Amino acid sequence: MIQFVLRRLLSAIPTIFIVVTISFFMMRFAPGGPFNLERPLAPQTMANVMKTYGLDQPLWKQYFTYLSNAAQGNLGPSFVYKDNSVAELISNALPYSIELGVWALVLAVVGGVILGTLAALKQNSWLDYLLMATATIGVTVPNFVMGPVLTLIFAIVLGWLPAGSWGDGSFRFLVLPVIALGLPQLAVFARLTRGSMIEAMNTDHLRTARAYGLPPRVVIGTHAMRGAMLPVLTYLGPCAAALLTGSAVVETIFAIPGVGRYFVLGSLNRDYTLVMGTVILIAVFVILFNLIVDILYGLIDPRVRND
Amino acid sequence: MTFMSRNMRAAMLLGSLLIGASPALAEAVFHRGNSGEPKTLDSAHVDVDIEAFVLKDLYEGLTIYSADGKIVPGAAESWTVSDDGLVYTFKIRENAKWSDGSPVTADDFVYSAQRVENPETAAEYANILYPIKNAEAVNQKKVPVTDLGVKAIDAKTVEYTLERPTPYFPQLMAHMTALPVNKANVEKFGKDYVKPGNMVSNGAFKLEAHVPNDSLTVVKNENYWDAANVKLDKVIFSPSEDDAANIRRFEAKELDTVYHFSSSELKRLREAYKDQVHVSPAMATYYYTFDARQEPYSDVRVRQALSMAVDREFLANEIYNGAQLPAYNLVPEGMEGYGKGPVPDWASMSQIDREDKAVALMKEAGYGEGGKPLNIEIRYNTSTDHERVATAVADMWKNTFGAKVSLLNADVSAHYAYLTEGGKFNVARAGWSADYGDPENFLALVVSTNKSFNYGHYTNPEYDELMKQSYAENDQTKRMELLRKAEELLNRDQPVAALMNSANLWLVSSRIKGWQDNAVNEHLSKYLSIAE
Repeated sequence: MIQFVLRRLLSAIPTIFIVVTISFFMMRFAPGGPFNLERPLAPQTMANVMKTYGLDQPLWKQYFTYLSNAAQGNLGPSFVYKDNSVAELISNALPYSIELGVWALVLAVVGGVILGTLAALKQNSWLDYLLMATATIGVTVPNFVMGPVLTLIFAIVLGWLPAGSWGDGSFRFLVLPVIALGLPQLAVFARLTRGSMIEAMNTDHLRTARAYGLPPRVVIGTHAMRGAMLPVLTYLGPCAAALLTGSAVVETIFAIPGVGRYFVLGSLNRDYTLVMGTVILIAVFVILFNLIVDILYGLIDPRVRND
Repeated sequence: MTFMSRNMRAAMLLGSLLIGASPALAEAVFHRGNSGEPKTLDSAHVDVDIEAFVLKDLYEGLTIYSADGKIVPGAAESWTVSDDGLVYTFKIRENAKWSDGSPVTADDFVYSAQRVENPETAAEYANILYPIKNAEAVNQKKVPVTDLGVKAIDAKTVEYTLERPTPYFPQLMAHMTALPVNKANVEKFGKDYVKPGNMVSNGAFKLEAHVPNDSLTVVKNENYWDAANVKLDKVIFSPSEDDAANIRRFEAKELDTVYHFSSSELKRLREAYKDQVHVSPAMATYYYTFDARQEPYSDVRVRQALSMAVDREFLANEIYNGAQLPAYNLVPEGMEGYGKGPVPDWASMSQIDREDKAVALMKEAGYGEGGKPLNIEIRYNTSTDHERVATAVADMWKNTFGAKVSLLNADVSAHYAYLTEGGKFNVARAGWSADYGDPENFLALVVSTNKSFNYGHYTNPEYDELMKQSYAENDQTKRMELLRKAEELLNRDQPVAALMNSANLWLVSSRIKGWQDNAVNEHLSKYLSIAE
């Protein structure tokens, strides 16, 4: 097991290297630069600034400088948010994104699995149709629509919840963004669970379990659920990585100071180092969660464990 | 205990409770929406208004703007100008202090100016202080930083020697780049001097907390020379680049002000919030520039015709819902001594007459229907409003000249990088807002030697000469006359077609008192208070 984890972690290094290389050059080939502003800089000023940030060096040199710095954990200064290094910006923003993401993930997984199971047990009933219709809407309504609608209802008209900001970090500030972030994923989990649950219920060993007269609680809760969870787990990896590294849309709509906003602001401002920093972060999270999911597979499915 | 004394005691107890509780009850907090996170709090590196709003609450320049946008003494109590207009001497207030209680001195201003011009600082806005003697040479590393024309006469007197007479110099001293920093503070903390707990400032407020992209909290600076007149205890700046989200937070009463929102919201907001919606003309111009290096835009008649055919009333009223005003010349109104600048003679014609004249001019130039084909590409930076303007203008040119017009948009960074780096184009959108209230700030954009901002590479020696004379002219009336003549040339040649003057759009809650609209868009929190 330890060997497996180590092997996977080692194989992550070339992956991250490729991601870094591709993003570095893609970013540089985009027209414009961090200092091309609506109010352009005077030529002398531009020269001073480029020199300060090493942007006057040839691109290959900048690339190797970046690589060697990044390998030592130095993600460089932000070209745009000059008071902070990229590492500072990301480490300050990440806890907000993670807290928001964890709640959204809990909502999505717990809610999705319960609703999906209910729909599967009552297959083709009105409850099934209702749940699945709602889930379809949940998947299709983008959160840049859902966010403002939720705010309009609960913050402006009813005045129950804040319209935005992290505030003092108390839960009422989190309710709307968690719903906006988690609901579309909840819908995905519900549909996945329903599908795999129906499939699992029709397998031979489940029929046998039922024939033995095991109580439905055990049949569904232990045996069916175990098989049904595999596709759900597969989706959990990328979903967790996406939710925990921050959603630019939800964070912008609700004025949450998370990492997602930096990704978008960084790209728009051509803040090369900031974009690289967020890309590396996302890559690490995706790799990490996929690894966790693979380990969980082994725990749930003996066939995987024995491979 | 008598009834009387018991009552007295009860009253005293109640009184002490009230007194003890009153600071908390009375805390005046202004929730100030800001349309984006400041890129830095270092005055050597700021370049946009949303940063100036924060910095000018924290720091105070020698001069400042009053609530109605006039230059008034700030950290300096007075100043004098030498007869030749080349030496400005500022007397710093005796009671001007930093937030740590130390006195604000002439040395602080000398240090701050040197820091901005020092090429190693790489200050983005260093060029705005180039009127100071040797500033440009220092910034280009041609002479040492100590040669900069700023010196301390004594602890409270600072003297600026200029390259040339600069009548708007007091305005420059109110610019964010001219804000002082505390030498000891910067030297102690290096670039971290801007962090809460480190920063020492001399403005009406001092930095208390800063969570990037969430909030920036400043509290009243008790050491400020005019602290007695500062009514707010705390200002919380909430940055968000999402206009719609800011408006929702205003509607939920979480923000007291919102700055800068889409004009498409204007009608609805005016109906809902009436006089809480503030639209004030800004010293800013929205214009299209023509690439004078290539055919057919090198032909003045083509430029004139294209410019005339644009119905500015339509753009301002229909597309911008009145959030912009139609403009026919580059320099916006409101510049001291300049009044309303000259406009082209066709500006007074009706749109139909203008179009007739435009068609005739275009025909004369040999383009359009019956002549050489007219294929125009309009470049603009991505934005819904700019797209709607470009679409409307394309339609106008199609209808008037039978032109084939295509649109090309790129995000701000790519758009301006292309233009400043000399990329060729047909017609491109640009905008300029005043750094200081002087026509020179706009007219210098199209001087032929201006490599960065003269996107269309307009070259007219006569124009350059008039501008050159204006720099040497010390008599304000004569100088304005020269600038006026220069602008008349622009009106004739149309290297740029001024389309609209922008307005500053603010939502200001009725609980905020003391807010005054002004063309310079300066709104120091120290003038504001919260209604009971």
